[in-house]
Amino acid sequence: MRGNLAFDIAHMLAGTLVLVSFMQLYQDRLYALLNIYALHALVLAASVAWQAFIQDAPHLYLTAMIALVFKAIIIPVALHRIIVKLGIHREIETVVGVGPAMLLGMGLVALAMVVMLRVTAEADPLAREDLAFALSVVLLGLLMMVTRRNAVSQVIGFMSLENGLVLAATGAKGMPLVVEISVAFSVLIAFIVIGIFLFRIRERFDTVDVQALDRFRGERR
Amino acid sequence: MIRDLALQGAQMLAVVVLAPLLTGLVRKMKARLLRRQGPPLIQPYRDLIRLIRKEVVLAEGASWLFRVIPYIIFAGTWVAASLVPTFGSGLLFSWSADLIAIIALLGSARFFLALAGLDVGTSFGGIGSSREVMIASLAEPAMLMIVFTLALIAGSTQLSTMAAYMATGEEGLRVSLGLALLALIMVAIAENARIPIDNPATHLELTMVHEAMVLEYSGRHLALIDLTSELKLLLYISVIGCLFAPWGIAGPDANPRAIAIGFVAYLAKLAVGGLLLAAFETAIAKMRVFRVPAFLGAALMLGLLGTLLLFVSGSL
Repeated sequence: MRGNLAFDIAHMLAGTLVLVSFMQLYQDRLYALLNIYALHALVLAASVAWQAFIQDAPHLYLTAMIALVFKAIIIPVALHRIIVKLGIHREIETVVGVGPAMLLGMGLVALAMVVMLRVTAEADPLAREDLAFALSVVLLGLLMMVTRRNAVSQVIGFMSLENGLVLAATGAKGMPLVVEISVAFSVLIAFIVIGIFLFRIRERFDTVDVQALDRFRGERR
Repeated sequence: MIRDLALQGAQMLAVVVLAPLLTGLVRKMKARLLRRQGPPLIQPYRDLIRLIRKEVVLAEGASWLFRVIPYIIFAGTWVAASLVPTFGSGLLFSWSADLIAIIALLGSARFFLALAGLDVGTSFGGIGSSREVMIASLAEPAMLMIVFTLALIAGSTQLSTMAAYMATGEEGLRVSLGLALLALIMVAIAENARIPIDNPATHLELTMVHEAMVLEYSGRHLALIDLTSELKLLLYISVIGCLFAPWGIAGPDANPRAIAIGFVAYLAKLAVGGLLLAAFETAIAKMRVFRVPAFLGAALMLGLLGTLLLFVSGSL
């Protein structure tokens, strides 16, 4: 386990991804959140590229390129434009505060560790921890979607959740490229659909606060 | 024995001589980044000399404690700074250079400084003390978590042992180490009253923390307090340097050449630390006082995460 630099770097990058997920939870301004999301995708791309290098799997470079171009450049720029167009760049909306959200996130990471390390008892220790990190990123993305009221932040949570999936897939050897591409494109399509919905919500309710939808359905809090 | 004593003496002298230079470097760099000329590098020395020459003006209600405290906190911080392995680890007192002991020394210095802020009975001193204690109560648990993480990895809380272990590179890259480094930087920023937490260059009532506490001091007392805060900055950069960049530190029985190399490496580390701090402070805005708990809570969380990771991956 010690002294193996290639695995150490892969491990470090996976850990950094978890860390950036926490940074996302910490940020409540939309612009900063977008920048952190771009950083998230960048770390993911680096991690995937490193996996491609050490596993000697050229198709993973393609995955890294997809992560870099789509997730680190196109989606953040597009979301940036949406935010500018909707004029919501100064809004801060969280359901629970930053502190409790971080604590919940810690709990989720612990949960991911315990579950993953128990389940994969006989696998290679580093691969186990990498899988645990990937699960943590997924859970933190879900947490992000739950704790935000703003639809744009929820989209970002969804995207970072998908980053966790890609991390898990590349860490474990042998996910076919077709699956990866289809996942990437389905996310892209989901992104487009969500974007359209954002504008529709905005048109109808003059806000992207999803509580407005609850109110519209007549639910009381 | 004599040699160790000489090394220890050299270190004590070096930290106290270099501390104002480091602050001068950070100030100069910040000014240059804002495209201003900035004060010369030796300005902090001049300030200290000027302050020492000046007469001490004491507030009417000041007790004896108020006059003693600058010496107490300076002594505590100086001792702490001389224990950290900077250019060589073969110091006479390196057996007592325990990370927890250093935290305790700094904590007692802070306790006395907070008392001094309250002593005169002005509202500014009170507000400064209360804020300082609030920040400290959040920063110290975070710092202890970081110490736990590092001690679990290195198998010791003694700084020279830890630095020697880190220098072997046996551990490789560990996620826990990265988390601990990040948390330590956050704590260091908070402890040294640097920009996102407190602005060392302002006297604006609403925001100042450290400056509010020492507002009543003048003359040589103020000189000592300034020197103390400069020493504290140097101490934190040295701790980060010796734990996370332990290259070039001379071993216990090093020859003079190795010690010279260690000294040059130490100067380089200080310069890099100062430059990074200046760049960071220029890029970021000060946060509201009420955001500080979230910031330090994040540091605590990182430390906790690092420890958790070590425990879980070790036990399952």
